[in-house]
Amino acid sequence: RMFCAHPQTKTYFPHFDLSKGSDQIRGHGKKVAGALGTAVKNIDNLSQALSELSNLHAYNLRVDPPHFALQILAQSLQVVLAVHMGKEYSPEVHAAVDKFLSAVAAVLSEKYR
Amino acid sequence: MVHWTAEEKQLITSIWAKVNVEECGAEALARLLIVYPWTQRFFSSFGNLSSPTAIIGNPKVRAHGKKVLTSFGEAIKNLDNIKATYSKLSELHCEKLHVDPENFRLLGDILIIVLAAHFTKDFSPACQAVWQKLVTVVAHALARRYH
Repeated sequence: RMFCAHPQTKTYFPHFDLSKGSDQIRGHGKKVAGALGTAVKNIDNLSQALSELSNLHAYNLRVDPPHFALQILAQSLQVVLAVHMGKEYSPEVHAAVDKFLSAVAAVLSEKYR
Repeated sequence: MVHWTAEEKQLITSIWAKVNVEECGAEALARLLIVYPWTQRFFSSFGNLSSPTAIIGNPKVRAHGKKVLTSFGEAIKNLDNIKATYSKLSELHCEKLHVDPENFRLLGDILIIVLAAHFTKDFSPACQAVWQKLVTVVAHALARRYH
């Protein structure tokens, strides 16, 4: 969904097959979701739990501008949650998830400079 | 000028036709105030905004949400001339309301999530992409007359 709605994000994946339903997209999406699962389990210690990923994003991936690009992914994630949960994606749930994803993005951007 | 393909226009209007403007507008504005509490600064005259329940039930929030989304409907009626449609509103938001345009982007993103929760599977990736484009265009049009 993110690649569809925000084509500029594709620039970070020139080495991927970005056709719909590609194995690479599925595999990478699963990886990202897995990392978010780790973040949820360590919600009171995000900085430490995501330390390696933070280094990766800062020194290797250098997704730019850091906060903005990660926010785009956060939006797509929330849309998927809303599509799946419908009414259960209540304002309170929405607020909590948004806050969580912002916190994750902030940790991943910590070491940029 | 923004270019919309026939397919994009169709995706916008077909979703819009099924939107209850009053409900959807109320919900979008309520969520803005709940998810991004600092936005409450623009609504100090609205009374009780002390909790999500208070916000959701607040009649002024509902009324204003409906107003905002009705205006959004104007953009949809004038897809080929959104800039002109929002010219006066842009000046208003800058000169009288003093709203940081970043908030237009926040509300746009929230609207998308409200639509996603409402339409669930029907809110396809293509729908999301087109509506994301639309809210961006509207946000830009609202920011355009800022000085």
